[in-house]
Amino acid sequence: MLDALSQIPPSFLVFLPIAAFTVAGAMGVAFSRNIVYSAFSLLAAFVGMVGLFAFLSADFLAVVQLMVYVGGILVLILFAVMLTSRISETKNSNPLHNLVVGGLTLLALLSVLGIAVVKFAWPTRTAPPFSPTSEVIGDAFLGPYLLPFEVAGILLLAAMLAAVVVARKEIKEDDEPASDASQGGTP
Amino acid sequence: MNVGLPHFLIISVILFALGFFTVLTRRNAVGILMGVELIINAANLNFVAFARYGALQNVLAGHVIPVFGIMIAAAEAAVGLAIVLSIYQNWKSIDTATTTSLRE
Repeated sequence: MLDALSQIPPSFLVFLPIAAFTVAGAMGVAFSRNIVYSAFSLLAAFVGMVGLFAFLSADFLAVVQLMVYVGGILVLILFAVMLTSRISETKNSNPLHNLVVGGLTLLALLSVLGIAVVKFAWPTRTAPPFSPTSEVIGDAFLGPYLLPFEVAGILLLAAMLAAVVVARKEIKEDDEPASDASQGGTP
Repeated sequence: MNVGLPHFLIISVILFALGFFTVLTRRNAVGILMGVELIINAANLNFVAFARYGALQNVLAGHVIPVFGIMIAAAEAAVGLAIVLSIYQNWKSIDTATTTSLRE
């Protein structure tokens, strides 16, 4: 057992568990019959992505992934799950349909893209040593990427306002006279 | 042999395929949004993997564009879940097979 472990290059000893964790989370999202289990599997997939980003020397992205996905998007999704599905009926809250079409598409995508990835001779380089990236990313945002950065800020503002406007309860205009009349009717 | 570009691309392919499968097979609208999140994550992983292992001139773009991807994903999740909640208020259901019209 230990001999077999020592045969594996050390980078794989770190990479394989993280990758397996991520893929297991994604498989939970895809195959779980219970929407709550799917949501928590998505948490595993996002946390695994944090590990993969850290492995790729993308420290800033790893922290952003943790804060935005795990801290923001996942909480939103959990809120939506809790608000929309009756928890007592979670047995069939997340039915799978079109299994044949979905399964065939899954196999086709995996085989075609997998073969393309393995067969193609990607022009690679030896990975540089780990180095912090937040400084250069900050410079890039205030330099060559300034316009996209500002547009993204406007997009986030618009999305925030849109979410509030779309999700609010609609107040029907004919409700008000009715309540006035009922108040007036009581002595 | 060390961990290299193809390994990360394979992980990305698996995430994308599972996300696509989720979008195709779910009837729960929240489940479909989870599949979209998986697809966006797969794309971001590709950008960062090429930034580290790919023979590119502009390495920085591989770290900057995923930040925009995460921003888009956040905006998409906020608006998408707001629409889902709004549909639920009207229809008392978020099954995409039954909610076939945008008005009552």
